[in-house]
Amino acid sequence: MRVIYNVEAMARSDVQLMLDVKAGDERSFELLLRKYRIPLVNFLYRMVRDSAVAEDLAQEVFLRVYRARKDYAPSAKFTTWMFRIATNLALNSVRDNRHRQVEISMDQTVDVGDDERPVLEVPDHTPTVEQYLVARSRSEMILRAIHDLPEKQRAAVLLHKYQELDYDEIARILECSESALKSLLFRAYETLRTQLAPLLNSEKVSSITL
Amino acid sequence: MSNTERFAKNCAGMENKLVEYLDGRAEAAERHLVEEHLAVCAVCRNRAEDFRALFGALEDLPMIMPSSAFDASLRARISVEPMRGGFWSSLPSPRLAFAVAALIAVSVWMASMPRIVDSDTTMTRVPAEADFSMIRDLPVLENYEVISKFDALSELPASPEDAAAGEMTNERAE
Repeated sequence: MRVIYNVEAMARSDVQLMLDVKAGDERSFELLLRKYRIPLVNFLYRMVRDSAVAEDLAQEVFLRVYRARKDYAPSAKFTTWMFRIATNLALNSVRDNRHRQVEISMDQTVDVGDDERPVLEVPDHTPTVEQYLVARSRSEMILRAIHDLPEKQRAAVLLHKYQELDYDEIARILECSESALKSLLFRAYETLRTQLAPLLNSEKVSSITL
Repeated sequence: MSNTERFAKNCAGMENKLVEYLDGRAEAAERHLVEEHLAVCAVCRNRAEDFRALFGALEDLPMIMPSSAFDASLRARISVEPMRGGFWSSLPSPRLAFAVAALIAVSVWMASMPRIVDSDTTMTRVPAEADFSMIRDLPVLENYEVISKFDALSELPASPEDAAAGEMTNERAE
């Protein structure tokens, strides 16, 4: 069934699907959902580094797309519009979370000792997939390095490297010029180059031995 | 020194060209410039090699799958969305409401302005011939001949001057 959905979604452009949704075709919305839920959840997970929050934000993105269906006008690519919503939601979530963490740390009375992370009684939303990622130190190292980037650089890298969007699309999403985006990406990759130097050395060694 | 030569010695110019070059999206002219610079600059050449290795390493990040409850949860959220055909959605958008309000305000203002009646224009708009033909065609005046020869009417003076002269004659007779 999923294969049929994907083939149908590939056959019609995103804009056409969205125009069909606008005309009241609920099934086209289902096709868009199936086509983009995995890229969207992964993008948001890498932005906020919390799978439960990422899923919640991804649903919010789809909900906003659905709400806006009657006013939809194909002035830009569908992915530009969708990832713009996703990026704004992710950036707001990251900022809210940072603000909340500052508030918690100011109220914190527990002695955290040598551990950098405070010991708090919080609900455990960690899914199996995240535990799996943590277990893989290489992936964890990459994820941590990406997450440590400034927010805009992080979004730029994720949209460039993992969503493979065009420069003009990413520039629109991040509301900057293409030239500024290229500089932003250069600085982000330069930081990652430093942070992931041990990985890169082994990568280069393995490519030489091959 | 030509622009190409200048760029070949300028590492700063690589900042917004290197990534595009490495992911194969640079145009031929840009690609040529970057390659010329990399040929003479060991620092940028080393950076380009690291970036290539970095792009390869970043591929290792595994994908996560949405939970099995994702679709059902989204559908539940959509189902509680207010219907489009409801009362609130029937209200005009703020822009349209403003436009209508402005139109009404202008209409009221125009209506409250004092009217200037241009008598000349009125006269030309309704010529005497048209008035006459309209009156002539009215059914009530079909018996114009009868009315004009009505006895009571024949006693009436032809004009106010005649009436005044008639009154003076009567006074003298008395």
